[in-house]
Amino acid sequence: MTPRKYLVLVAIVVFASCGDTSLSYGMKRVGAISAARWTELIAAVFNPWVALGIVLLLGFLAAYLSALSWSDLTYVLPATSFGYVLLALLSIGLLHEKVTLARWIGILLVSSGVAIVTRGPSATARPASRSRAAGEKP
Amino acid sequence: MSALRTWCAIAGIVLSSTAGDVLLSRAMRQIGDVGELRRREGLAAVLKAVVTHPSFLLAICFLATSFFGLLLALSWDDVSLVVPASTSLSYVTNAFAASLFLRERVDRRRWLSALLVCAGVAVLAT
Repeated sequence: MTPRKYLVLVAIVVFASCGDTSLSYGMKRVGAISAARWTELIAAVFNPWVALGIVLLLGFLAAYLSALSWSDLTYVLPATSFGYVLLALLSIGLLHEKVTLARWIGILLVSSGVAIVTRGPSATARPASRSRAAGEKP
Repeated sequence: MSALRTWCAIAGIVLSSTAGDVLLSRAMRQIGDVGELRRREGLAAVLKAVVTHPSFLLAICFLATSFFGLLLALSWDDVSLVVPASTSLSYVTNAFAASLFLRERVDRRRWLSALLVCAGVAVLAT
């Protein structure tokens, strides 16, 4: 794992957390949309916070696809679950939400999972690379 | 009866999101390191390779199914049950599916990590 690759994993966490938060904040400002008036969903896209959320989630998708191109799925998913901890810490720090014992246990469990998986190899060793990145013909 | 309906929806969400993630992983592994591909052939070549890959397109269908399944389940039951259950269970099903279909080496370290994250997400999201 190179520093650039760790940076991609951090980008996944940051883009996903900020994208979800922005989308959620924007949709709360737009208000509830009923199934009968679903066309209002299209108008919601033009809300600045929703638009920012979509851009950030596109950034997440690009970083996620990049990570999957050189890493195992069973490495990327737990390694990037730190976003849940980040969101919990942000809600504690910025929104001054109450820190329950259950929440601390959740943070501890996810952090332990991330710490364990990131100490191991990021990809399964394969006999020969079949990727086009290795310069072979597909 | 309504609990059974919700759990069937959760099972559908978990299975379709797992299928989506496994297919995405398969597509990206076949394409190879996108960083190297971008340096060699440019960003347009990377985008073309990704969006025209059959596994990627199928993955998007499964992920869209999972998303609409989530919306459906949320209209039936509480968010505090649907979101933690579907999110946390998908860590375990992904480990099974990656081992079975992607031939990833899911050793004790990765199983332990998946189970810890699964439990942690369930606790945090509730």
